[in-house]
Amino acid sequence: MKLGIMVNEGPYTHQASDSAYHFTKAALAKGHEIYRVFFYHDGVQNGTDFTTPPQDDRNVVKRWSELAGEHGLDLVLCVAAAQRRGLVDEDEQKRHGKTGHNVAPGFRISGLGQLIEAGIQADRLVVFGD
Amino acid sequence: MSEAGATKKFLYINRKAPYGTIYAWESLEVVLIGAAFEQDVSLLFMDDGVYQLVKEMQTKGIGMKNFTATYAALGDYEVNKIYIDKDALTERGLTLDDLQHLVWEDENEDWAEKDSIHLVGRDEIADLLDEQDVIFNF
Repeated sequence: MKLGIMVNEGPYTHQASDSAYHFTKAALAKGHEIYRVFFYHDGVQNGTDFTTPPQDDRNVVKRWSELAGEHGLDLVLCVAAAQRRGLVDEDEQKRHGKTGHNVAPGFRISGLGQLIEAGIQADRLVVFGD
Repeated sequence: MSEAGATKKFLYINRKAPYGTIYAWESLEVVLIGAAFEQDVSLLFMDDGVYQLVKEMQTKGIGMKNFTATYAALGDYEVNKIYIDKDALTERGLTLDDLQHLVWEDENEDWAEKDSIHLVGRDEIADLLDEQDVIFNF
Protein backbone atom coordinates (compact mmCIF):
# COMPACT_ATOMS: atom_id res chain seq x y z
CA MET A 1 0.00 0.00 0.00
CA LYS A 2 1.10 3.56 -0.69
CA LEU A 3 0.93 5.63 2.52
CA GLY A 4 1.09 9.33 3.27
CA ILE A 5 2.07 10.35 6.80
CA MET A 6 1.21 13.63 8.52
CA VAL A 7 2.87 14.70 11.80
CA ASN A 8 1.17 17.55 13.64
CA GLU A 9 3.03 17.84 16.94
CA GLY A 10 6.59 18.69 17.90
CA PRO A 11 9.05 16.19 19.39
CA TYR A 12 9.30 15.23 23.08
CA THR A 13 6.30 17.22 24.39
CA HIS A 14 4.01 14.89 22.49
CA GLN A 15 4.35 11.27 21.41
CA ALA A 16 2.92 11.88 17.92
CA SER A 17 6.31 12.03 16.20
CA ASP A 18 7.52 8.86 17.98
CA SER A 19 4.35 7.02 16.95
CA ALA A 20 4.63 8.27 13.37
CA TYR A 21 8.27 7.16 13.26
CA HIS A 22 7.51 3.67 14.56
CA PHE A 23 4.52 3.35 12.23
CA THR A 24 6.57 4.47 9.22
CA LYS A 25 9.42 2.09 10.07
CA ALA A 26 7.01 -0.82 10.55
CA ALA A 27 5.17 -0.03 7.31
CA LEU A 28 8.47 0.01 5.38
CA ALA A 29 9.49 -3.29 7.00
CA LYS A 30 6.21 -4.81 5.77
CA GLY A 31 7.00 -3.68 2.23
CA HIS A 32 4.64 -0.70 2.04
CA GLU A 33 5.61 2.45 0.18
CA ILE A 34 5.79 5.78 2.03
CA TYR A 35 4.82 8.45 -0.48
CA ARG A 36 5.73 11.34 1.80
CA VAL A 37 5.94 12.41 5.45
CA PHE A 38 4.50 15.90 5.90
CA PHE A 39 5.18 17.93 9.06
CA TYR A 40 2.65 20.60 10.02
CA HIS A 41 1.82 22.84 13.01
CA ASP A 42 4.51 22.32 15.72
CA GLY A 43 5.39 19.14 13.83
CA VAL A 44 7.92 21.20 11.86
CA GLN A 45 10.11 21.20 14.99
CA ASN A 46 10.87 17.57 14.18
CA GLY A 47 13.11 18.91 11.44
CA THR A 48 15.49 21.20 13.34
CA ASP A 49 19.11 20.13 13.25
CA PHE A 50 19.76 22.14 16.42
CA THR A 51 18.05 19.49 18.55
CA THR A 52 20.45 18.16 21.19
CA PRO A 53 18.66 15.82 23.60
CA PRO A 54 20.53 14.14 26.48
CA GLN A 55 22.72 11.25 25.32
CA ASP A 56 20.64 8.59 27.09
CA ASP A 57 17.44 9.67 25.29
CA ARG A 58 16.33 9.02 21.72
CA ASN A 59 17.17 11.69 19.15
CA VAL A 60 13.83 12.16 17.40
CA VAL A 61 15.20 14.40 14.65
CA LYS A 62 18.27 12.31 13.88
CA ARG A 63 16.12 9.19 13.81
CA TRP A 64 13.93 10.67 11.05
CA SER A 65 17.03 11.79 9.11
CA GLU A 66 18.53 8.30 9.31
CA LEU A 67 15.29 6.64 8.21
CA ALA A 68 15.11 9.05 5.28
CA GLY A 69 18.71 8.20 4.34
CA GLU A 70 18.04 4.47 4.46
CA HIS A 71 14.77 4.49 2.52
CA GLY A 72 14.88 7.68 0.47
CA LEU A 73 11.91 9.13 2.36
CA ASP A 74 10.52 12.50 1.33
CA LEU A 75 10.34 14.48 4.61
CA VAL A 76 8.57 17.80 4.03
CA LEU A 77 8.26 20.71 6.45
CA CYS A 78 5.38 23.11 5.69
CA VAL A 79 6.97 26.43 4.74
CA ALA A 80 4.35 28.66 6.40
CA ALA A 81 4.40 26.64 9.62
CA ALA A 82 8.22 26.49 9.51
CA GLN A 83 8.68 30.24 9.05
CA ARG A 84 6.47 30.97 12.05
CA ARG A 85 8.46 28.59 14.19
CA GLY A 86 12.05 29.38 13.24
CA LEU A 87 12.82 26.55 10.83
CA VAL A 88 15.12 27.98 8.15
CA ASP A 89 16.96 26.34 5.25
CA GLU A 90 19.90 27.90 3.36
CA ASP A 91 17.68 29.64 0.79
CA GLU A 92 15.39 31.05 3.47
CA GLN A 93 18.41 32.16 5.50
CA LYS A 94 19.64 34.26 2.57
CA ARG A 95 16.19 35.58 1.71
CA HIS A 96 15.40 36.70 5.24
CA GLY A 97 18.94 37.57 6.34
CA LYS A 98 19.03 35.13 9.23
CA THR A 99 22.18 34.16 11.16
CA GLY A 100 21.95 30.46 10.41
CA HIS A 101 19.97 27.59 8.98
CA ASN A 102 18.73 24.55 10.81
CA VAL A 103 16.90 22.10 8.55
CA ALA A 104 18.17 18.62 9.37
CA PRO A 105 19.49 16.22 6.68
CA GLY A 106 16.75 14.46 4.75
CA PHE A 107 14.16 17.19 5.38
CA ARG A 108 13.08 19.85 2.90
CA ILE A 109 10.82 22.88 3.16
CA SER A 110 7.87 23.13 0.78
CA GLY A 111 4.25 24.22 0.55
CA LEU A 112 0.93 22.83 1.74
CA GLY A 113 0.23 21.62 -1.79
CA GLN A 114 2.59 18.77 -0.94
CA LEU A 115 0.19 17.66 1.79
CA ILE A 116 -2.86 17.77 -0.47
CA GLU A 117 -0.91 15.90 -3.14
CA ALA A 118 -0.04 13.20 -0.58
CA GLY A 119 -3.75 12.91 0.25
CA ILE A 120 -4.56 12.48 -3.44
CA GLN A 121 -1.73 10.15 -4.42
CA ALA A 122 -1.51 7.87 -1.36
CA ASP A 123 -3.97 5.04 -0.73
CA ARG A 124 -4.20 6.18 2.90
CA LEU A 125 -3.17 9.36 4.68
CA VAL A 126 -2.31 8.55 8.28
CA VAL A 127 -2.32 11.50 10.69
CA PHE A 128 -0.41 11.69 13.99
CA GLY A 129 -1.19 14.33 16.60
CA ASP A 130 -4.27 15.68 18.37
CA MET B 1 -7.69 3.60 -3.97
CA SER B 2 -8.20 6.18 -6.64
CA GLU B 3 -6.55 6.39 -10.02
CA ALA B 4 -4.22 9.26 -10.82
CA GLY B 5 -6.22 12.39 -11.49
CA ALA B 6 -9.41 11.04 -9.92
CA THR B 7 -11.27 13.25 -7.48
CA LYS B 8 -11.17 12.30 -3.83
CA LYS B 9 -13.46 13.29 -1.00
CA PHE B 10 -11.58 15.49 1.49
CA LEU B 11 -13.08 16.37 4.87
CA TYR B 12 -11.57 19.00 7.15
CA ILE B 13 -12.79 18.66 10.73
CA ASN B 14 -12.44 21.76 12.91
CA ARG B 15 -12.78 21.04 16.61
CA LYS B 16 -11.03 23.86 18.45
CA ALA B 17 -11.89 27.47 19.31
CA PRO B 18 -10.57 30.03 16.78
CA TYR B 19 -8.03 31.56 19.14
CA GLY B 20 -6.10 30.01 22.03
CA THR B 21 -4.35 27.63 19.65
CA ILE B 22 -3.27 28.02 16.03
CA TYR B 23 -5.12 24.95 14.75
CA ALA B 24 -8.16 26.80 13.37
CA TRP B 25 -6.04 29.25 11.39
CA GLU B 26 -3.61 26.64 10.09
CA SER B 27 -6.57 24.44 9.15
CA LEU B 28 -8.02 27.26 7.06
CA GLU B 29 -4.64 27.68 5.34
CA VAL B 30 -4.77 24.03 4.25
CA VAL B 31 -8.35 24.44 3.01
CA LEU B 32 -7.43 27.50 0.92
CA ILE B 33 -4.36 25.86 -0.64
CA GLY B 34 -6.24 22.60 -1.10
CA ALA B 35 -9.04 24.34 -3.00
CA ALA B 36 -6.68 24.73 -5.98
CA PHE B 37 -6.53 20.93 -6.36
CA GLU B 38 -10.22 20.64 -7.35
CA GLN B 39 -11.12 17.83 -5.00
CA ASP B 40 -14.53 17.15 -3.44
CA VAL B 41 -14.13 19.21 -0.26
CA SER B 42 -16.29 19.37 2.86
CA LEU B 43 -15.74 21.14 6.18
CA LEU B 44 -17.16 19.97 9.49
CA PHE B 45 -17.27 22.15 12.59
CA MET B 46 -17.83 20.33 15.87
CA ASP B 47 -16.94 20.61 19.57
CA ASP B 48 -15.46 24.10 20.28
CA GLY B 49 -14.81 24.37 16.53
CA VAL B 50 -18.30 25.83 16.14
CA TYR B 51 -16.95 29.04 17.74
CA GLN B 52 -14.79 29.57 14.64
CA LEU B 53 -17.84 30.69 12.66
CA VAL B 54 -19.27 33.11 15.24
CA LYS B 55 -19.88 36.42 13.47
CA GLU B 56 -18.49 39.86 14.24
CA MET B 57 -15.51 38.68 16.21
CA GLN B 58 -13.14 41.31 17.60
CA THR B 59 -9.52 40.32 18.16
CA LYS B 60 -7.89 43.67 18.82
CA GLY B 61 -7.88 43.05 22.56
CA ILE B 62 -5.74 39.93 22.23
CA GLY B 63 -3.41 41.46 19.64
CA MET B 64 -4.05 38.84 16.99
CA LYS B 65 -5.07 39.08 13.36
CA ASN B 66 -8.76 38.37 12.87
CA PHE B 67 -8.70 35.62 10.26
CA THR B 68 -12.31 34.51 10.61
CA ALA B 69 -13.58 36.93 7.93
CA THR B 70 -11.81 34.62 5.48
CA TYR B 71 -14.52 31.98 5.97
CA ALA B 72 -16.86 34.23 3.96
CA ALA B 73 -14.56 33.78 0.93
CA LEU B 74 -14.79 29.97 0.96
CA GLY B 75 -17.73 30.04 -1.47
CA ASP B 76 -15.49 31.77 -4.04
CA TYR B 77 -13.04 28.88 -3.67
CA GLU B 78 -15.88 26.45 -4.41
CA VAL B 79 -15.76 25.21 -0.85
CA ASN B 80 -19.50 25.15 -0.24
CA LYS B 81 -20.28 22.07 1.83
CA ILE B 82 -19.94 23.28 5.39
CA TYR B 83 -21.42 21.03 8.04
CA ILE B 84 -22.02 22.02 11.63
CA ASP B 85 -22.74 19.66 14.50
CA LYS B 86 -26.05 21.13 15.64
CA ASP B 87 -25.77 19.57 19.10
CA ALA B 88 -22.37 21.22 19.58
CA LEU B 89 -24.01 24.57 18.81
CA THR B 90 -26.87 23.96 21.24
CA GLU B 91 -24.54 22.78 24.00
CA ARG B 92 -22.73 26.12 23.77
CA GLY B 93 -25.90 28.22 23.78
CA LEU B 94 -25.45 29.18 20.13
CA THR B 95 -27.87 29.19 17.21
CA LEU B 96 -27.38 29.58 13.47
CA ASP B 97 -28.09 33.32 13.89
CA ASP B 98 -24.89 33.71 15.92
CA LEU B 99 -22.80 32.47 13.00
CA GLN B 100 -21.59 34.07 9.80
CA HIS B 101 -23.96 33.61 6.88
CA LEU B 102 -21.82 31.66 4.41
CA VAL B 103 -23.04 31.39 0.84
CA TRP B 104 -21.90 30.30 -2.61
CA GLU B 105 -23.12 31.02 -6.12
CA ASP B 106 -24.37 28.09 -8.19
CA GLU B 107 -23.22 28.55 -11.78
CA ASN B 108 -25.64 25.84 -12.91
CA GLU B 109 -28.58 27.89 -11.68
CA ASP B 110 -27.70 31.33 -13.05
CA TRP B 111 -25.38 32.07 -10.12
CA ALA B 112 -28.17 31.71 -7.58
CA GLU B 113 -26.91 32.37 -4.06
CA LYS B 114 -27.17 29.31 -1.85
CA ASP B 115 -26.41 28.57 1.78
CA SER B 116 -23.13 26.74 2.36
CA ILE B 117 -23.93 25.79 5.96
CA HIS B 118 -25.81 22.62 6.78
CA LEU B 119 -26.72 21.71 10.35
CA VAL B 120 -26.26 18.00 10.93
CA GLY B 121 -26.95 15.54 13.73
CA ARG B 122 -24.34 13.17 15.11
CA ASP B 123 -25.76 10.18 13.23
CA GLU B 124 -25.35 12.14 9.99
CA ILE B 125 -21.77 13.03 10.99
CA ALA B 126 -20.98 9.32 11.27
CA ASP B 127 -22.24 8.83 7.69
CA LEU B 128 -20.29 11.90 6.53
CA LEU B 129 -17.05 10.51 7.98
CA ASP B 130 -17.75 7.12 6.49
CA GLU B 131 -17.87 8.37 2.91
CA GLN B 132 -14.55 10.29 2.95
CA ASP B 133 -11.24 9.33 1.35
CA VAL B 134 -9.07 11.78 3.30
CA ILE B 135 -9.84 13.29 6.70
CA PHE B 136 -7.92 16.12 8.36
CA ASN B 137 -8.71 16.70 12.01
CA PHE B 138 -7.72 20.10 13.36
